[in-house]
Amino acid sequence: MQRRSLLILITALTTGSLTLTACGSRGGKSDTGSSDTGKQTTVVIGVDGPMTGSLSPVGQGIKNSVDLAVRTANKNKEVKGVTFRTEVLDDQAVPGTGQQNAAKLVADQGVLGVVGPLNSGVSQSMQGVFAKAGLAQVSPSNTNPALSQGDNWAKGEKKRPFTTYFRTATTDIIQGRFAAQYLFKDAHKKKVFVVDDKQAYGAGIATIFADEFRKQGGEIAGTDHLTVKETDFSSIAEKIKNSGADSVYFGGQFPEGGLLSGQVKKAGAHIPLMGGDAIYDPGFIHASGENKDGDLATSVGYPVDQLDSAKAFVKNYKDAGYKDPYAAYGGYAYDAAWALVQAVKQAVGDNDGKLPADARGKIVDALSKVSFDGVTGHVSFDRYGDNTNKQLTVYQVTDGVWKSLKSATFKD
Amino acid sequence: MHELPQTLVNGLALGALYGLVAIGYTMVYGIVQLINFAHGEIVMTGAFGALTVHLWLPGLPLAAALPLMLIGGALVSVSVAVAAERFAYRPLRDAPRLAPLITAIGLSIALQQIVWAFYPNAKKPRPFPQFGDSFQLTGSLRIQRDDLFVLIAAPLCMLALGWFTARSRTGRAMQATAQDPGTARLMGIDTDRIIAVAFAIGGAFAGVAAVAQGLRTGTINFEMGFILGLKAFTAAVLGGIGNIYGAMLGGVVLGIAEAAAITYIQNIPGMSQLGGGGWKDVWAFVLLIVVLLVRPQGLLGERVADRA
Repeated sequence: MQRRSLLILITALTTGSLTLTACGSRGGKSDTGSSDTGKQTTVVIGVDGPMTGSLSPVGQGIKNSVDLAVRTANKNKEVKGVTFRTEVLDDQAVPGTGQQNAAKLVADQGVLGVVGPLNSGVSQSMQGVFAKAGLAQVSPSNTNPALSQGDNWAKGEKKRPFTTYFRTATTDIIQGRFAAQYLFKDAHKKKVFVVDDKQAYGAGIATIFADEFRKQGGEIAGTDHLTVKETDFSSIAEKIKNSGADSVYFGGQFPEGGLLSGQVKKAGAHIPLMGGDAIYDPGFIHASGENKDGDLATSVGYPVDQLDSAKAFVKNYKDAGYKDPYAAYGGYAYDAAWALVQAVKQAVGDNDGKLPADARGKIVDALSKVSFDGVTGHVSFDRYGDNTNKQLTVYQVTDGVWKSLKSATFKD
Repeated sequence: MHELPQTLVNGLALGALYGLVAIGYTMVYGIVQLINFAHGEIVMTGAFGALTVHLWLPGLPLAAALPLMLIGGALVSVSVAVAAERFAYRPLRDAPRLAPLITAIGLSIALQQIVWAFYPNAKKPRPFPQFGDSFQLTGSLRIQRDDLFVLIAAPLCMLALGWFTARSRTGRAMQATAQDPGTARLMGIDTDRIIAVAFAIGGAFAGVAAVAQGLRTGTINFEMGFILGLKAFTAAVLGGIGNIYGAMLGGVVLGIAEAAAITYIQNIPGMSQLGGGGWKDVWAFVLLIVVLLVRPQGLLGERVADRA
């Protein structure tokens, strides 16, 4: 009996000490994350996006652009006494994985801000985790209005659900309406067939587009939905042809958009397909062998390679020798990371050159006040956390490449 | 009803493709009772094999390159299928059924990631050569030349397979192994070889399906096998898993059901909310459930005692 209780005692002690050492080593690790090491504080900027999977080219562009911003900040000693570092996580464009990543980033005390994710649907699952921890999140590409303006934005009841959420991209409200106005007024299309991919982004932007197109006086010839990752849309294409529409609007991503456009043209309807920023990708043009000249896409901001402010970015990105191109959101990712750098600078400046104790909270506060001229234009956030920059561009496929057609600032 | 011929042709082309892939599921299941969930990925590797052959032959017209692409695609698919059988499934032949099933799922992820990581530029969809032209048969019927390939290749492959299983020595040995592996072995049939042949035939059909899919969509990517595999598996079950003609019939029925669901359901009064591309899979699976309720063994399947 005595021996047995001794055994229990030893077991309990061993387990306890093991647990304690585990805690200790964990604490030590996070210490190196944020505390002073030779008067240099390391601040980690988390990056989340699809680094594998079919959207990985876009994710890699975001990762590299944030890396470039961090390197630039370190090289210029943008914030005295602070060295920035990135922590890249792969969400595979899956909301569940995004949520796990968010929890991981929150748990690391060294992380003071996050750039990402790419997809609005993934963001929905991450926002709450960041908000609870008071950790600032700046997405370079989320365009779903509900993320910053609440679920009832369509009824005019705008309410910011999470104060930690910011984005450098414009919302689908602006993009969808801009597209409808362009298609009706500038391209003189009167009868559009609307297709979406049933995802948060695609269905959202398609609805906004359809409402505005109707308001402009146009006619919706029909609507249909397709399934992500499928490849045979010939029956939908046939339906579009039979509807007599003079154009197609597609809410969804470029792999499906490209196939749909090709199959519509194959079915014998030579009408342009228009979509949002998610189809503005070279992959759209190559998605099927069909010639897609005339297809249209809107994208947020002015073309990165045409802005004076972006020339340095394009050059530095090239010089850094990244394997993947900066893709559709590189400039926005750079600006998102730079906004975080500026917020850290503000927080450190207000605290006599040292990182404040409540660094995360202070950075969220500072973020709502940042204002600088970034790669994509002037960057500052309104009271919902949305970018105040409402510039958009319509692109058209011309001779097999995307060419910018019209850039304008959206007016209500 | 003027869109009926076009709907049927679209559905037939899609269904023939499902059928070609379904053969791979049904062959393997018929002999070893294994659902090879990596079969969709075997199709995917075949597509990349065919693309590689095409890239090796610059300037050759597609019609001339097509036979070589078929050989290249089939070669890759067959190699992957046989290697999968030899190194992943054979060591688990006597393991509980769940083990090879999980292995198959692991293998499918591994194959996807291998192509993603090592095939040049496979991180995004790669363009696949296409004919691109079409024939206007009547006022409302148009056939794509790229669809024509699968419409011709599928019946030819089925005829060849039918002859092979019914007449050839190996084919009859396969039937024997499917009926009773133990007795077949006692009769001197090398069952290991027969199982490898079943995987190889599935792989060859996967190679043809891969070229057909590439031609139809003009694009291939490392994830293309997932949905294709899922649909083909559905087709194999619908037709009666284990029966090769059932696999093709199941594929065609499924393809036409999907096409018809997109075109017609929403014309039924009161059903406009339940039609279109968003609901086609729902209707296809409703069909599957109804068929399985009436004929649990599938359309052409035979009721066999479960050996588990």
